[in-house]
Amino acid sequence: MRKTFKQPFKKLAFLALPLTMAVSSVATADEVNIYSYRQPFLIQPMLEAFTADTGIKTNVVFAKKGLIERLEHEGKNSPADIVLTSDIGPLYDVVEKGLTQPVQSDVLTNNIPAHYRDPQNRWFGLTSRTRLIYASKERVAEGEIKTYEELADPKWKGRICTRSGKHTYNLSLIGSMIAYHGEAEAEKWLEGVKANLARKPQGNDRAQVKAVKEGVCDIALGNSYYFGKMLTNEKQPEQKEWANAVNLVFPNQDDRGAHMSISGAALTQYAPHKESAIKLLEFLSEAQAQSMYAEANFEFPVRPATPRSALLNQYMGEFKQDNINLQKVAELRVQASRMVDKVGFDN
Amino acid sequence: MARVSDSKQSISENNRYLFGWYSCTWGTALMVALPVLSVFYLALFPRENIWTHLAETVLPVYITTTLILMLGVGALSIAIGVCGAWLVTMCRFPGRRMFEWALLLPFAVPAYVIAYVYTDLLEYSGALQIFLRELFGWQSARDYWFPDIRTLGGAILMLALVLYPYIYLLARAAFLEQSTTIHDASRTLGCTAWQSFYRVSLPIARPAIAVGLSLVSMETINDFGTVDYFAVKSMSAGIYDTWLNMSNLGGAAQIASLMMIFVVILISLERLARAKQRQFHSADRFKTLTGYPLKGWRAWGATLLCALPVIAGFIIPVWVLAGYALNNLDQLWSSDFQLHASHSFILSGCAALLTILVALLLAYSKRLHKNSSLSLAARFASLGYAMPGAVLAIGVIIPLAAFDNFVDSLMEQLLGISTGLLLSGTAFAVIFAYVVRFLAVSVGSVESSLNKITENMDMASRSLGHSPLQTLVKVHLPLIKGGVLTAALVVFVDCMKELPATLILRPFNYDTLATYVYQYASDEMLEACSLAALLIVLVGIIPVILLSRTISATRDSN
Repeated sequence: MRKTFKQPFKKLAFLALPLTMAVSSVATADEVNIYSYRQPFLIQPMLEAFTADTGIKTNVVFAKKGLIERLEHEGKNSPADIVLTSDIGPLYDVVEKGLTQPVQSDVLTNNIPAHYRDPQNRWFGLTSRTRLIYASKERVAEGEIKTYEELADPKWKGRICTRSGKHTYNLSLIGSMIAYHGEAEAEKWLEGVKANLARKPQGNDRAQVKAVKEGVCDIALGNSYYFGKMLTNEKQPEQKEWANAVNLVFPNQDDRGAHMSISGAALTQYAPHKESAIKLLEFLSEAQAQSMYAEANFEFPVRPATPRSALLNQYMGEFKQDNINLQKVAELRVQASRMVDKVGFDN
Repeated sequence: MARVSDSKQSISENNRYLFGWYSCTWGTALMVALPVLSVFYLALFPRENIWTHLAETVLPVYITTTLILMLGVGALSIAIGVCGAWLVTMCRFPGRRMFEWALLLPFAVPAYVIAYVYTDLLEYSGALQIFLRELFGWQSARDYWFPDIRTLGGAILMLALVLYPYIYLLARAAFLEQSTTIHDASRTLGCTAWQSFYRVSLPIARPAIAVGLSLVSMETINDFGTVDYFAVKSMSAGIYDTWLNMSNLGGAAQIASLMMIFVVILISLERLARAKQRQFHSADRFKTLTGYPLKGWRAWGATLLCALPVIAGFIIPVWVLAGYALNNLDQLWSSDFQLHASHSFILSGCAALLTILVALLLAYSKRLHKNSSLSLAARFASLGYAMPGAVLAIGVIIPLAAFDNFVDSLMEQLLGISTGLLLSGTAFAVIFAYVVRFLAVSVGSVESSLNKITENMDMASRSLGHSPLQTLVKVHLPLIKGGVLTAALVVFVDCMKELPATLILRPFNYDTLATYVYQYASDEMLEACSLAALLIVLVGIIPVILLSRTISATRDSN
């Protein structure tokens, strides 16, 4: 008798488990739900500051792929309010798919320069960074390399390291080369760079600087914030040595300027907490969050009035930035990706 | 007359009963196959045709790399797994009882973790090369040659080290289930120990080894973490490139579907090759195996052979992780950490239970309806394993979200209330994905156990008045207990390690140990997540030990 009662009950309890979890994820008033392509530990401090400031809770799901598709299929019932990305690529995709809505906010337009946001206000850049050349202090003289174009110069044969050509940071750079030089010229350039590689593209940006330190190669491509992260890495102090082995070269200072990319955010089309979500976007563009981005992550604030990290400023002065339309770079990603295949850059 | 109509009625009743099993099985199989069908559906709508571009550029590289990877991992896994299983089951040598379970330990180490650990250890700035440089006075990388771990060969080694336990596990279960009579007979007929292994035990264990090998191949073909980290250009690299860099999910789904078809063909070929084999054992398997006592160098050779994979696949990674974890223990041990651990346990536990229920249903229905489409249903439902996790996650999102939105609009029309998302973005979605992904693991294992029970048992039980369900519970389950537990625990450990689908499908603010490890390890900050990685491994050990005991118990304790 006891058994017959127990069994169905167990089944019910099991069925109820996902349901209760579903209920707990249903929106309550004061919160913002975020689908994030950025790692949580990079954004958590800003989100905590936001909650402390406004009393609005933030909920995050982080993944490096698939969240746009999740948003798309969840449709009008999606709980997500904001999509955070570490690059223009996915940001452009989510806007292109019509999954976002424009935000009219003076705070955002005042804080974020025009070239770091969508003309129709569907996406906003929150931080910027440059893709620079890390050059060996020992083996590369100052002024020996000045432009991205020179990376294809045969004098660098066997001396260049980079991560996969398919990585979004490299695709952006290649996309900008296509934008400036046209496809044929850019392809010739990419072939030249490929011919100069010291090893098959591998590892992340830091691993390239490390390779310079270790003598595997003399110059490497890498994003600017990694320099700060290596210099301050207490858990792996050897990274300080990697950083100290290189000079920073800001390319193309005499013409278009160094290639820039952004991390950014967009408001979803059916955001259930639209007001709170806009508050969060605004908060992230204001002085406090911007300087947190600068100090903790060594990213460049997009807000012109907020200074860069003091540490980075010891190593880099003002430099000329390439203000090309980022949407255009994002559009050229597919072409860049095909070019990487065609040239066999990663092989 | 009355008797005839009676028996007719009972036949039709029986048919109805069987039809119930039949439809229930197909229904379940279809539900489990929905995500895979969704991916097929996506494949119908590529943004543009990718194949001309791929064929002109990187497709040959992808294909050769993938084939070499699969062959390499498969061959190495069979070598380690079958040798290990044979040695600990049939021979007696120092440390044998320990290796029985120790050989399973690498199974608890996620592939992405072992790849990271070995890179950390073997690359230029790793401990080994620093030691060598100091020893020989080399100055830089240009002074000497050292094998590069970040290569195809490295990836094969890493994957084989953590995947061989699939084959070991199934081969060992198969060797243990073998009747000693067959074995004794082969020896009395003049086989040497080797011949008896090669000509009798190995062929009998072949179905189990084949199941293990197909699991290994599918894991290999779907691995992204290791190949990405080692910059190996396999097909799965192509899938993610097409999806993310070329914004062409449909094209990616096409590659994934083709890869799946390729794997399915491979497995079908193997099944076809042994379709005519059927084997049953008499009941004397409870007789304790005596085993060949090995002596002298043979004995120590066996010990060494068994020790190598355990040291390389388990002890070294754990040692490195433990080193990091102990250095940062005070920071790493937190309430968050305990929460992540509990999430991992709950999700994996539910998924393992559900997976076993579904596997039992599929495997047993197939047994009830011979030569019917149910065998196809079981194959069909197992397809999820042959698909990369992240692609499968999209396949899970589509039907769940469609269901949620359908219910929502229905309730809106009928009652004027919005139910929102009932299943999407909940733990249910993650558990569902696990079941879809890992059903193949349990179906294979449950089936191969069931197949070893002679059908005389079924007939006897049924003629004594038991229904098929009662027969399953009272007769078969006790006999296949070992196989079922094996399956459940393998699924459990697999779920603990699963990453891509968990990342994409999980609820807000919800981390498992694996997702927690990933967010740091992917940025080469293993020290920040070493404790979580270590726990995944340690938790993996518990089922591994239980598992090994249960398998041994199928022989010893009875």
